[in-house]
Amino acid sequence: MSLKHKTPMLDELEKGPWPSFVTEMKKAAKKSPMAEDGLGQLEKSYQTKLGYWKHGGIVGVLGYGGGVIGRYSDLPEEFPEVAHFHTIRINQPSGWYYTTKALREICEIWDRYGSGLTNMHGSTGDLVLLGTNTESLEPLFAEYSSRGWDLGGSGSCLRTPSCCLGQSRCEWANYDTMDVIYNLTQEYQDELHRPAFAYKFKIKAAGCACDCVASIARSDCAIIGTWKGDILIDQAEVKKYADGGMNIQDEIVGMCPTECVSYDGKELKINNPQCNRCMHCIAKMTRALRPSGERGATICIGSKAPIVVGSLLSWVVVPFIKVEAPYTELKELIARIIEWWDDNAKPRERIGELIEVKGMRPFLEAIGVPPQPQQVKEPRKDPFIFFKDEDFEKIYTKDKY
Amino acid sequence: MALPERQTDIGPPHYEQFLPPVIKKNYAKWKYHEVLDPGTMVHVAESGDEIYTVRVASPRILATETIYEICDLADKYCDGYLRFTSRNNIEFLISDKSKIDPLKKELKDRKYTVGGIGPRISNVVHTQGWVHCHSACTDASGLVKAMMDELYEYFTEKELPNKVRLAVACCVNMCGAVHCSDIALVALHTKIPVVDNDKVGKMCEIPTVVGSCPTTAIRPNPKEKSITINYDKCMYCGNCFTVCPPISIKDAERDGVAIVVGGKICSLRSDPKFSKLAIPFFYNEPPRWPKIVAAVKNILDVYARNARKHERVGEWIERVGWEEFFKLTGIEFTHQHIDDFTFMRDTLRTSAAFKWA
Repeated sequence: MSLKHKTPMLDELEKGPWPSFVTEMKKAAKKSPMAEDGLGQLEKSYQTKLGYWKHGGIVGVLGYGGGVIGRYSDLPEEFPEVAHFHTIRINQPSGWYYTTKALREICEIWDRYGSGLTNMHGSTGDLVLLGTNTESLEPLFAEYSSRGWDLGGSGSCLRTPSCCLGQSRCEWANYDTMDVIYNLTQEYQDELHRPAFAYKFKIKAAGCACDCVASIARSDCAIIGTWKGDILIDQAEVKKYADGGMNIQDEIVGMCPTECVSYDGKELKINNPQCNRCMHCIAKMTRALRPSGERGATICIGSKAPIVVGSLLSWVVVPFIKVEAPYTELKELIARIIEWWDDNAKPRERIGELIEVKGMRPFLEAIGVPPQPQQVKEPRKDPFIFFKDEDFEKIYTKDKY
Repeated sequence: MALPERQTDIGPPHYEQFLPPVIKKNYAKWKYHEVLDPGTMVHVAESGDEIYTVRVASPRILATETIYEICDLADKYCDGYLRFTSRNNIEFLISDKSKIDPLKKELKDRKYTVGGIGPRISNVVHTQGWVHCHSACTDASGLVKAMMDELYEYFTEKELPNKVRLAVACCVNMCGAVHCSDIALVALHTKIPVVDNDKVGKMCEIPTVVGSCPTTAIRPNPKEKSITINYDKCMYCGNCFTVCPPISIKDAERDGVAIVVGGKICSLRSDPKFSKLAIPFFYNEPPRWPKIVAAVKNILDVYARNARKHERVGEWIERVGWEEFFKLTGIEFTHQHIDDFTFMRDTLRTSAAFKWA
């Protein structure tokens, strides 16, 4: 069957070995007039080098303020089928695991009401359904929610939390990321579906410092797994790596950032108190090295993309917290963090930007976390030091420095 | 047809129902894993049980028809279990070792791309672009496709000193970890927005628009019931357009793409880093953006030739110095490379020790 619109520019992107999104859009276009007009409008963008989507307008499902992102064509006469072409975010299961039965069910419903186009997955983690009209939103929600699927977040809300696959398939995970994220998502259903914050707030859970979900760069609250014990060494496995051609001196010893690893050609040694748990040696010698002892997480706060006042990476706020079900300590900490931000932020101000404006001290005091050297790369360089009266009471009663 | 009864606030389904039995059995009891080839790895549990993973690229935009096909394959070889990665790859989870080769053969026959594991390029994190976004200055999917056709063998086969994480953002909102990727493309507006006074007055909240500007370039214009923009202060971020659509910032000739390099998100060896500007601007050249693709290939080749094993792009550049990076890549250094926004103090050189080109 031939499609309505000629797409000479896009056809170029069906050539070459990498999987083609144009091929995907054409597959959908054969079944859906919406996808067909979407393809036509995209070809026009390629011709003119301009986008033709409008945002804004309130669309959604009854009782929710998010989960649907209104999208409208700027050219509804030319591409009437995409006059409305809204995005729906479905809250993904932890770790993005599916059974084929569940995936088929999601797709069959989407084929009935939408364009048949998806993103597996969106940047925040949701399963994204691309393109449907306003009338289909309530039926879609009834179909999905009655089968156990809920919408994700959008707007100034707690965005859909996400996590790495953690202990389900990874030996490095220091806590159960999938369970924590499931629990937090359930805990915060109201904040997720009914945007009441100053701006968005993202939570991501990574099992270790490899950070496969980019939590340190992409979440206001990053929960990054760590441990307190020694790195256990299996010397027989070390020997196998050496025999297999690994240059342990250059690749492991020479690349340790704290110079705490040594190797005499026979035995690998780690000066554990000096290790900063960066994960390099463990990741390169997965059969020989593994963490041990007390497990938990480091809580880092504040990261975001450049809008509005520049990118931020998250800052270490709580160097170590236990992360064990039912996660009471973690949940209470997150509640205090969100409460302080919600009480103080201006519209469209992320928590990292708010901490920059207000200072770290009011934030730490509000959430009940003491200052610790693990929170900084180095202490302050300038002499413009704020003091409170109560600081002097402490200073004057101290015997030592 | 009557609709089923809707439910609210139920959250996502519990993940446990989607886990293969071998994962359920060995949950939190994994011992080690090994990369067997660019597209296959095995995870071994304390119990000795194994699970094999075959990783397949996806263009992120998937038609339901393709998902049905993926499901057929997962039924045939994986007892109906599969997952997706944080970089939009598909992972087939195989409990029965004997099914790996037949799955890979069928994937090959059906023209799927297997790979992305180990010191290679994995899938490209990217945004919606012209396909579906209001603020896009380029098409992210098209750039990814053009770039990965060129770099294909680094996904399927060829090794690099370490992983190289690529990303594409279609505007500075950066819905993706572009700001912390090894090599990334970020699309930019480069022109002062055009204000439609009539519509701004009717459609937008003036204080919100004024407050949206990070450089205080926007002031109220009470006479027109609109706003005015200070041309010297505007750096084209587009935040005003996001809160007030009649402030138009799109421009076919002046929207384009910058290349940033050297970011990472893991803590291995060195701290997570932001990506830094390598090339400030390319105009859009759809459908294949050949100049951008060639520039990315050049940076990747120079990295592959010069970095030590296990060094990420940013770690290599920090070791040799940025002046060396510009020399080796032949990239011109311009006014745009010198930060004049929030990071200026951190980024200017304060030592007379440096290398000559």
